[in-house]
Amino acid sequence: MGLIARHLEAAGISTLCMGSALDIIKAGNPPRAAFLDYPLGHTTGKPHQPELQREILVQALEGFSSMTVPGSVKMLPFRWSEEDEWKRTAMMTGDSRTPRNDTPQYQTDEDRRRAEENNPEACPVCEISA
Amino acid sequence: MRPVEYMTRIRDNYAKLGYKPYQWVINDEPPPWQPLRKPLSECRLGLIASGGIYVTGQVAFHFKDDTSFRAIPTDVRTADLRTAHFAYDQTDARQDPNVVFPIDTLRRLVKEKVIGSLTAHAYTFMGGIYSSRRVREELAPQLTERLLAEKADVALLVPV
Repeated sequence: MGLIARHLEAAGISTLCMGSALDIIKAGNPPRAAFLDYPLGHTTGKPHQPELQREILVQALEGFSSMTVPGSVKMLPFRWSEEDEWKRTAMMTGDSRTPRNDTPQYQTDEDRRRAEENNPEACPVCEISA
Repeated sequence: MRPVEYMTRIRDNYAKLGYKPYQWVINDEPPPWQPLRKPLSECRLGLIASGGIYVTGQVAFHFKDDTSFRAIPTDVRTADLRTAHFAYDQTDARQDPNVVFPIDTLRRLVKEKVIGSLTAHAYTFMGGIYSSRRVREELAPQLTERLLAEKADVALLVPV
């Protein structure tokens, strides 16, 4: 995502890159970053907690005006839980990386049926009309 | 407790699956810088997320160097959003896509006038792409072209 942020920024679009993997954010070195110390898969909050999700995004977006040094990372003040047990697990396992297939991996069979009805070959970017 | 170091662990995971080592892009050069031209409350924001989000009816992502992207109308029904991703636990994202694709949150912030407006589409892809050249030469320019065409002033990037 660092490469994309830098490309956008160079084209005149100000960017803010969120992230939950601090080492990966720093390697990508985007213009502005906001780090949320949550388990992977929760870059913008916890499920069904709209107030928390809003607060996280508001604090991250403040970076657009408050950050003045290219490449800085804003540390967001949220903790996943009192206990950091999830970190110990993540240290052991990293992520839940699975073998790679080159066929579409649908969430449901219904999704597959609908996509196939839409003739995907004619639709490289798959914009939906409905 | 300090943040988890993912790069080492993920390298190990690839090795266990028998893949060649994944090379993260390390950008040592200082990043470009475009200061905000006007207050955020007047800006049009484009969302780009790499959590493998698609809308039912679209082709899902596949798990082998998928550099394609999806255009998702920003007035999409949240219940129509799906995920297909090879590297993170999607349990929570499938219950509430806002944890990796904050569309309801952004729509709310537009209503509250924290953000001016959203571009017509958000853009999603899957990440974990082996070829940084393809990201640099294909994906990044294509997404930039889209956001410029939709007159984005700012972009919020949400990786997983």
